[in-house]
Amino acid sequence: MKQFDELSLLEIVNEVKDGDLIGIPADYSGVPMMFTKELIKKGVKDLKLYCLPLTTIQGDMLIGSGCVSEIEAAAVTLGEFGLAPRFSEAVETGHILIKDSTCPALHAQLQATEKSVPFMPLRGVIGSDIQKYRKDWQVIENPMKCSGKKNEPILLLPAVLLDVLIFHAPCVDKNGNIQIGRRRELATLTHASKKVFVTTEQILDIDFFDNELSAATCLPALYVDGISVVENGAWPCALPGVYGQDNDEIKKYSIAAKTQKGFEEYMKNYLSN
Amino acid sequence: MIELKREELLISQLADLLVNDKHIAVGAASPIPGAAALLAKEEAKLQNNRIRVTILHSNKYNNFTDGARELFDCAAQGRIDTFFLGGVQIDGEANINLVGTGSYKKIQKRFPGSFGSALMYFVVPQIILFREEHSPRTLVDKVDFISAPGFSDENIHRPGGPKFLLTNRALFKFNKQKKRFCLFKIHNNESLENIIKLTGFKFDVDDKITNMSVPDQTRIDILRNKISYMVSEFYPEFADRIWGV
Repeated sequence: MKQFDELSLLEIVNEVKDGDLIGIPADYSGVPMMFTKELIKKGVKDLKLYCLPLTTIQGDMLIGSGCVSEIEAAAVTLGEFGLAPRFSEAVETGHILIKDSTCPALHAQLQATEKSVPFMPLRGVIGSDIQKYRKDWQVIENPMKCSGKKNEPILLLPAVLLDVLIFHAPCVDKNGNIQIGRRRELATLTHASKKVFVTTEQILDIDFFDNELSAATCLPALYVDGISVVENGAWPCALPGVYGQDNDEIKKYSIAAKTQKGFEEYMKNYLSN
Repeated sequence: MIELKREELLISQLADLLVNDKHIAVGAASPIPGAAALLAKEEAKLQNNRIRVTILHSNKYNNFTDGARELFDCAAQGRIDTFFLGGVQIDGEANINLVGTGSYKKIQKRFPGSFGSALMYFVVPQIILFREEHSPRTLVDKVDFISAPGFSDENIHRPGGPKFLLTNRALFKFNKQKKRFCLFKIHNNESLENIIKLTGFKFDVDDKITNMSVPDQTRIDILRNKISYMVSEFYPEFADRIWGV
């Protein structure tokens, strides 16, 4: 029997339900843009984006398309191409709720779920306005008298369990093991998600576990619910080690999306291609 | 000789602050700090010293293999000596704001967000604040939102914090005891009067205030002939604009 489920892209899209808390990989981890395009076409609503720890064009497009009600992130940006215009406007007009966070907190909340403990402590953050506005975070005094300073306050972050995660990977082996290279945050996201789907450039007729190097850099198939081959699936974002970001396209988007009208015109063309 | 660019002068100022480091990390949207860190590393090599540099947005100039959290774990362990932070606003007590202007609940202009600043500012011994624009809207009396505070109470674990603030016009030191910046270098084309006018917060002025030091030809050659190509790997737009590579 085949050791994994090969799905169509639409079957993966149909696994995402309105209101889901969905894991969003950073621009360096393999952004599933072809999937995102189909998700927008489907017209999904009220998504809650959990970014690890940031999002670029993927989050901005989902927000501009009206698919998002809430976002938890350390940053939303188009990097060298400036602010994420649909995100900025949606926050300024109050159309989405932003749960402002900081990168290590977004990692730690998922790490708590990986370990199946209810919370994770984190240093720093105390005294910032990020902490002030996060009512789901708590500060306690360090109960471990043997370490840390006397009366040291420490921040506790709740474990976060994602409903669904989709990312794009360079390749998968014949048993459904996913090559993630050094992008280990994809493992963290995966371990903390109820359902995980992967789009990939190709399925190889080899076994990553035959070789120590490829075994150490893969995500085992046991965590993955379905795989779909989607060539060029991260475009216009980069796929580390395979292809770079399409700077011309991101630039084009950054200019068009400055207004909602410009964004809609861009998307009409983008969704039909 | 090709005229020295403002960006090159700033890279040189930053490189001077990195000579004693063992490990420098550079985060998002930071081509000038990235170039400065690589320059410091190349110059250290010539002195038979070793500096490690981790550029987060580079695949090549990057020491991490354990995912995006490794930067924060590594910093918390005290294994990073210098990191760079910016800000939409920076105030006179070195609080930084990367979130937006206006009140948080009714934000006027929204910016990307706080990134990792709320931990890095606490745990990295030398934080260099870098914001090119030097104006009353960037250097303010009080930030509208604190992404990370400039100082903390004594009982809070805080081995790190602000040491310097560099803009395209001036270089300040931060005095932790006084919670106040001190101006000690200004750009050749600037006057103290103008810096005071363009700075939204009060600051001290060092007795020995000087102009920003101009890099010598050896440094300029390393920067243009070597570092420029390295930078083009992770900030192609910047490398093209400054050096045409």
